[in-house]
Amino acid sequence: MANKVAIVLLVCIGMVVLLAISELPLYGSPDTPAQNYVAERYIQGALDDTGALNMVAAIVIDYRAYDTLIETTVLFTAIIAVFLVLKKGTEGKGEQK
Amino acid sequence: MTDFVLKRMVALVLPFVQMLGLYVIFHGHLSPGGSFSGGIITGLSLIAFSLVFGLERGHEKISERLMGLIESFGALWYGAMGLVGVLRGTTFLMNKGAGVPLGEPGRLFSGGLILLITLGVGLKVASTMVTLFNALMEEEE
Repeated sequence: MANKVAIVLLVCIGMVVLLAISELPLYGSPDTPAQNYVAERYIQGALDDTGALNMVAAIVIDYRAYDTLIETTVLFTAIIAVFLVLKKGTEGKGEQK
Repeated sequence: MTDFVLKRMVALVLPFVQMLGLYVIFHGHLSPGGSFSGGIITGLSLIAFSLVFGLERGHEKISERLMGLIESFGALWYGAMGLVGVLRGTTFLMNKGAGVPLGEPGRLFSGGLILLITLGVGLKVASTMVTLFNALMEEEE
Protein backbone atom coordinates (compact mmCIF):
# COMPACT_ATOMS: atom_id res chain seq x y z
CA MET A 1 0.00 0.00 0.00
CA ALA A 2 2.74 2.42 1.02
CA ASN A 3 4.57 1.58 -2.21
CA LYS A 4 1.57 2.53 -4.33
CA VAL A 5 1.17 5.84 -2.47
CA ALA A 6 4.86 6.52 -3.01
CA ILE A 7 4.58 5.82 -6.74
CA VAL A 8 1.53 8.08 -7.11
CA LEU A 9 3.30 10.88 -5.21
CA LEU A 10 6.43 10.42 -7.30
CA VAL A 11 4.45 10.69 -10.55
CA CYS A 12 2.64 13.82 -9.32
CA ILE A 13 5.85 15.56 -8.25
CA GLY A 14 7.54 14.44 -11.46
CA MET A 15 4.70 15.96 -13.50
CA VAL A 16 5.15 19.29 -11.70
CA VAL A 17 8.89 19.25 -12.34
CA LEU A 18 8.45 18.37 -16.01
CA LEU A 19 5.87 21.15 -16.43
CA ALA A 20 8.31 23.60 -14.90
CA ILE A 21 11.08 22.42 -17.22
CA SER A 22 8.87 22.87 -20.29
CA GLU A 23 8.40 26.52 -19.30
CA LEU A 24 12.15 27.21 -19.12
CA PRO A 25 13.59 29.53 -21.80
CA LEU A 26 15.93 28.07 -24.38
CA TYR A 27 19.56 27.74 -23.37
CA GLY A 28 21.45 30.89 -24.30
CA SER A 29 18.43 32.78 -25.60
CA PRO A 30 18.86 36.55 -25.17
CA ASP A 31 15.67 37.25 -23.21
CA THR A 32 16.14 34.95 -20.24
CA PRO A 33 15.76 36.56 -16.82
CA ALA A 34 19.48 35.95 -16.22
CA GLN A 35 20.44 38.18 -19.17
CA ASN A 36 19.43 41.44 -17.55
CA TYR A 37 21.02 44.82 -17.07
CA VAL A 38 23.38 43.62 -14.33
CA ALA A 39 25.84 41.96 -16.72
CA GLU A 40 25.83 45.05 -18.95
CA ARG A 41 26.42 47.27 -15.94
CA TYR A 42 29.41 45.18 -14.89
CA ILE A 43 30.95 45.18 -18.36
CA GLN A 44 30.59 48.92 -18.80
CA GLY A 45 31.34 50.08 -15.28
CA ALA A 46 33.90 47.65 -13.87
CA LEU A 47 36.96 49.67 -14.86
CA ASP A 48 35.57 52.95 -13.55
CA ASP A 49 34.15 51.45 -10.38
CA THR A 50 37.13 49.38 -9.30
CA GLY A 51 40.19 50.32 -11.37
CA ALA A 52 40.90 46.64 -12.04
CA LEU A 53 41.58 45.42 -15.57
CA ASN A 54 40.60 41.85 -14.71
CA MET A 55 36.83 41.95 -14.60
CA VAL A 56 36.59 38.63 -12.80
CA ALA A 57 38.65 40.02 -9.92
CA ALA A 58 36.53 43.17 -9.97
CA ILE A 59 33.35 41.13 -9.58
CA VAL A 60 34.69 38.56 -7.12
CA ILE A 61 36.47 40.98 -4.78
CA ASP A 62 34.58 44.24 -5.27
CA TYR A 63 30.99 43.79 -6.44
CA ARG A 64 30.57 40.39 -4.80
CA ALA A 65 32.94 40.93 -1.90
CA TYR A 66 30.59 39.49 0.70
CA ASP A 67 30.48 36.20 -1.19
CA THR A 68 34.26 35.92 -1.18
CA LEU A 69 34.43 36.89 2.50
CA ILE A 70 32.15 34.01 3.43
CA GLU A 71 34.07 31.75 1.04
CA THR A 72 37.23 32.52 3.00
CA THR A 73 35.52 31.59 6.24
CA VAL A 74 34.38 28.35 4.59
CA LEU A 75 38.05 27.44 4.09
CA PHE A 76 38.72 28.34 7.71
CA THR A 77 35.82 26.17 8.90
CA ALA A 78 37.05 23.28 6.76
CA ILE A 79 40.47 23.46 8.41
CA ILE A 80 38.89 23.55 11.87
CA ALA A 81 36.78 20.49 11.00
CA VAL A 82 39.84 18.59 9.75
CA PHE A 83 41.73 19.46 12.93
CA LEU A 84 38.80 18.35 15.08
CA VAL A 85 38.64 14.98 13.37
CA LEU A 86 42.29 14.21 12.68
CA LYS A 87 44.57 16.05 15.10
CA LYS A 88 45.58 14.44 18.34
CA GLY A 89 45.42 17.03 21.08
CA THR A 90 48.48 17.51 23.27
CA GLU A 91 47.45 20.14 25.78
CA GLY A 92 44.73 18.30 27.71
CA LYS A 93 46.66 15.05 28.18
CA GLY A 94 48.25 15.91 31.50
CA GLU A 95 44.95 16.80 33.10
CA GLN A 96 43.26 13.50 32.23
CA LYS A 97 45.83 11.32 33.95
CA MET B 1 62.74 9.46 -0.56
CA THR B 2 66.38 9.37 -1.59
CA ASP B 3 66.17 9.98 -5.33
CA PHE B 4 69.00 12.34 -6.20
CA VAL B 5 67.60 13.43 -9.57
CA LEU B 6 64.16 14.16 -8.10
CA LYS B 7 65.60 16.22 -5.28
CA ARG B 8 67.84 18.29 -7.56
CA MET B 9 65.03 18.90 -10.05
CA VAL B 10 62.59 19.97 -7.35
CA ALA B 11 65.21 22.27 -5.85
CA LEU B 12 65.66 23.85 -9.28
CA VAL B 13 61.99 24.18 -10.19
CA LEU B 14 60.40 25.17 -6.87
CA PRO B 15 61.70 28.77 -6.71
CA PHE B 16 60.16 29.46 -10.08
CA VAL B 17 56.87 27.82 -9.08
CA GLN B 18 56.71 29.99 -5.97
CA MET B 19 57.56 33.05 -8.04
CA LEU B 20 54.70 32.20 -10.41
CA GLY B 21 52.31 31.74 -7.51
CA LEU B 22 53.18 35.11 -6.00
CA TYR B 23 53.01 36.71 -9.46
CA VAL B 24 49.49 35.35 -10.01
CA ILE B 25 48.41 36.61 -6.58
CA PHE B 26 49.88 40.08 -7.05
CA HIS B 27 48.50 40.49 -10.57
CA GLY B 28 45.03 39.19 -9.73
CA HIS B 29 43.45 42.50 -10.71
CA LEU B 30 45.37 42.79 -13.99
CA SER B 31 45.57 39.35 -15.57
CA PRO B 32 43.71 36.04 -15.38
CA GLY B 33 44.12 34.27 -12.08
CA GLY B 34 43.82 35.74 -8.66
CA SER B 35 43.89 34.88 -5.02
CA PHE B 36 42.57 31.33 -5.19
CA SER B 37 44.63 30.07 -8.13
CA GLY B 38 47.78 31.88 -7.02
CA GLY B 39 47.39 30.65 -3.45
CA ILE B 40 47.00 27.08 -4.66
CA ILE B 41 50.18 27.33 -6.78
CA THR B 42 52.13 28.70 -3.81
CA GLY B 43 50.69 26.08 -1.47
CA LEU B 44 51.43 23.25 -3.87
CA SER B 45 55.06 24.32 -4.11
CA LEU B 46 55.38 23.92 -0.34
CA ILE B 47 53.55 20.58 -0.50
CA ALA B 48 55.94 19.38 -3.23
CA PHE B 49 58.86 20.32 -1.01
CA SER B 50 57.41 18.31 1.89
CA LEU B 51 56.69 15.35 -0.40
CA VAL B 52 60.23 15.15 -1.79
CA PHE B 53 62.36 16.23 1.18
CA GLY B 54 60.16 14.83 3.94
CA LEU B 55 57.72 16.37 6.37
CA GLU B 56 60.42 17.15 8.94
CA ARG B 57 62.33 19.47 6.65
CA GLY B 58 59.05 20.95 5.46
CA HIS B 59 58.24 21.88 9.05
CA GLU B 60 61.70 23.39 9.43
CA LYS B 61 60.99 25.74 6.54
CA ILE B 62 57.60 26.89 7.78
CA SER B 63 56.47 25.82 11.23
CA GLU B 64 52.97 24.66 11.96
CA ARG B 65 52.47 27.59 14.30
CA LEU B 66 53.30 30.10 11.57
CA MET B 67 50.87 28.29 9.23
CA GLY B 68 48.12 28.56 11.82
CA LEU B 69 48.84 32.26 12.25
CA ILE B 70 48.69 32.90 8.48
CA GLU B 71 45.51 30.85 8.33
CA SER B 72 43.76 33.02 10.90
CA PHE B 73 45.36 36.21 9.61
CA GLY B 74 43.90 35.73 6.10
CA ALA B 75 40.29 35.71 7.25
CA LEU B 76 40.82 38.57 9.74
CA TRP B 77 42.66 40.62 7.11
CA TYR B 78 39.67 40.42 4.79
CA GLY B 79 37.38 41.65 7.54
CA ALA B 80 39.81 44.42 8.44
CA MET B 81 39.88 45.59 4.82
CA GLY B 82 36.10 45.61 4.90
CA LEU B 83 36.18 47.86 7.95
CA VAL B 84 38.04 50.51 5.92
CA GLY B 85 34.71 51.36 4.31
CA VAL B 86 32.99 51.57 7.69
CA LEU B 87 35.69 53.85 9.10
CA ARG B 88 35.38 56.16 6.10
CA GLY B 89 31.67 56.52 6.71
CA THR B 90 30.19 54.22 4.06
CA THR B 91 29.21 50.56 4.03
CA PHE B 92 31.22 47.44 4.82
CA LEU B 93 33.66 46.33 2.06
CA MET B 94 33.16 49.53 0.06
CA ASN B 95 36.05 50.21 -2.32
CA LYS B 96 35.68 53.25 -4.55
CA GLY B 97 32.84 54.79 -2.58
CA ALA B 98 35.01 54.88 0.53
CA GLY B 99 37.51 57.18 -1.15
CA VAL B 100 40.24 54.55 -1.54
CA PRO B 101 42.63 55.76 -4.27
CA LEU B 102 42.14 53.53 -7.31
CA GLY B 103 45.33 54.45 -9.12
CA GLU B 104 45.97 54.26 -12.83
CA PRO B 105 44.36 51.16 -14.41
CA GLY B 106 47.01 48.71 -15.59
CA ARG B 107 49.61 49.57 -12.96
CA LEU B 108 50.48 47.01 -10.30
CA PHE B 109 49.27 49.27 -7.49
CA SER B 110 45.78 49.99 -8.72
CA GLY B 111 42.30 48.78 -7.97
CA GLY B 112 42.15 50.09 -4.42
CA LEU B 113 41.47 47.36 -1.88
CA ILE B 114 41.39 44.56 -4.45
CA LEU B 115 45.16 44.01 -4.36
CA LEU B 116 45.26 43.98 -0.54
CA ILE B 117 42.32 41.59 -0.22
CA THR B 118 43.77 39.31 -2.91
CA LEU B 119 47.05 39.16 -1.01
CA GLY B 120 45.33 38.11 2.21
CA VAL B 121 43.11 35.51 0.57
CA GLY B 122 46.03 34.13 -1.46
CA LEU B 123 48.16 33.60 1.65
CA LYS B 124 45.20 32.00 3.36
CA VAL B 125 44.51 29.57 0.51
CA ALA B 126 48.20 28.58 0.40
CA SER B 127 48.32 27.92 4.13
CA THR B 128 45.03 26.02 3.96
CA MET B 129 46.46 23.65 1.35
CA VAL B 130 49.64 23.07 3.36
CA THR B 131 47.81 22.65 6.67
CA LEU B 132 45.38 20.13 5.17
CA PHE B 133 48.26 18.18 3.64
CA ASN B 134 50.22 18.16 6.89
CA ALA B 135 47.21 17.07 8.94
CA LEU B 136 46.51 14.18 6.58
CA MET B 137 50.15 13.09 6.30
CA GLU B 138 50.90 13.17 10.01
CA GLU B 139 48.01 10.88 10.77
CA GLU B 140 49.50 8.13 8.60
CA GLU B 141 52.77 7.95 10.47
